[in-house]
Amino acid sequence: MSAQMLRVTEIEALSPLVKRFRFEHPGGKKLPLFSGGAHVVVEMPDGDLLRRNAYSLISDPQDGSGYEIAVRREDGGRGGSRFMHANVSQGDTLRISTPLNLFALDARARKHVLIAGGIGITPIIAQMRQLLRMQDRFEIHYAARSRSEAAGLRLLPRLPHIHSHISDEGDRMDLGAILDRQPIGTHVYTCGPEGLITAVAQCAARLGWPRGSLHSEVFLAPPPGRTFEVTLAKSGRTVTVGPHQSLLEALEEAEVDIDWSCRGGACGRCETDVVSCHGRIEHNDHWLSEDEHSSQTKIMPCVSRFRGRELIIDR
Amino acid sequence: MPATKFTPSIISRPIYGGLTPHGAVPALMLASGPGGEALLDLIAADPAVLPHATVIYIPEGSDLGPRLEAQGPASYVEAASYASILPRFRKLLAEALMNTRLYLAGTEGLIGQATAEALAAGMLLEAIEAEHRGSLARRMQCVHCKGITEDVTTDPFTCSHCGLSLFVRDHYSRRYAAFQGVCVDAETPGEVPPKQEIKA
Ligand code: FES
Repeated sequence: MSAQMLRVTEIEALSPLVKRFRFEHPGGKKLPLFSGGAHVVVEMPDGDLLRRNAYSLISDPQDGSGYEIAVRREDGGRGGSRFMHANVSQGDTLRISTPLNLFALDARARKHVLIAGGIGITPIIAQMRQLLRMQDRFEIHYAARSRSEAAGLRLLPRLPHIHSHISDEGDRMDLGAILDRQPIGTHVYTCGPEGLITAVAQCAARLGWPRGSLHSEVFLAPPPGRTFEVTLAKSGRTVTVGPHQSLLEALEEAEVDIDWSCRGGACGRCETDVVSCHGRIEHNDHWLSEDEHSSQTKIMPCVSRFRGRELIIDR
Repeated sequence: MPATKFTPSIISRPIYGGLTPHGAVPALMLASGPGGEALLDLIAADPAVLPHATVIYIPEGSDLGPRLEAQGPASYVEAASYASILPRFRKLLAEALMNTRLYLAGTEGLIGQATAEALAAGMLLEAIEAEHRGSLARRMQCVHCKGITEDVTTDPFTCSHCGLSLFVRDHYSRRYAAFQGVCVDAETPGEVPPKQEIKA
């Protein structure tokens, strides 16, 4: 994972819970350009811990003068977003990975429908900037609970094809109305809570849409769980994964060489073969197929856990 | 005439899954010659496809037209050729919605060209059902002069544009809706193997 140290040049509160951060190269160098929907991984040295979180870029993909992200403070989370909110100040430098896109716009599309729930608006902001530049046909539907919480409102231009639905003002997003009668060549991109992604998929299926026209992204935070042990086939060593740690983090702590990218069960980079499994793998990823999940022959260490007598992985 | 079964080949050789009905959603149905039977089978398998269907039929000497029309689709058009119906087909595609399904039946040339047209309009491959019926003739592109020769029934064949003797490959271009024809006597000019009828 290539990365570079970037300086925090702006911090702005977009809402009580969401802050925007801008990063620039300390020597003023241009940063690699990206495409709408890309994310970076931010490294946060928090005492003994090195936290790494993936955040979607919200800045203009064609602007290499800086990268911008928007971070929502998750008080019940593992601490990455709290660290960004409480410990990061203007002038600090942080290690930021090269952008990677797992949620790119589909070049076959004749029209793009972007659907966001809450903080899921972030990748869609950069996609919108790209679409505006390309003068492609699109519409945005952004749902948030309340106007004060809707950080996206500060980032979305006022345009007739950009719609905000604020539920506590009685304006609920009506997926049926959004998807009905869309012309062929429409592609839909959904980012937000799992429930929203499922609802879009169900609505599209009910209307008879082909599945290939649906795109979504959800980054999972590694869920906490019970402490478990994993044996490494190559060295015979055993690593212990703590309740608030992911298997990937435990492997890194043990200095096991393992590739990763999204750290959220979406990219497939950390895929690891299971040599033997006596127990049940708690699969939390969006990468492996259902068959791979049930056969327990593979595991995604960034998000998945284990419960049982013994798990030996090919590392 | 039953659906054609093809022997396994290289990965670019298209295989046609047959017409699986998708129920009561808007449908475009395009068939030529014996392909009309595939549409009749489709309608018999699930009559719900009919009320929202636009049927275009190119008889090519077949007499299935009246039977297709009698099924009572939302609209029925008969055309002399694919080329003659293309402007109308394009318009129908341009007006299609995300739940529109395309059902194609007939020769590979027809299926391939209509598929390329639908993909260009933004339709996804998974929204297209196709069944091969009728002639095994291929639409061939000469890799040398790029000209397209329709209805090729022998291997090798003579390019109708540049006159080279071309070997019929299974290598298929989805964009051109054509198989690739490669000069058969490039290394030994004049030594052209005997022509054989294309059987698959
Ligand atoms: S790092 Fe992306 S799936 Fe694990």
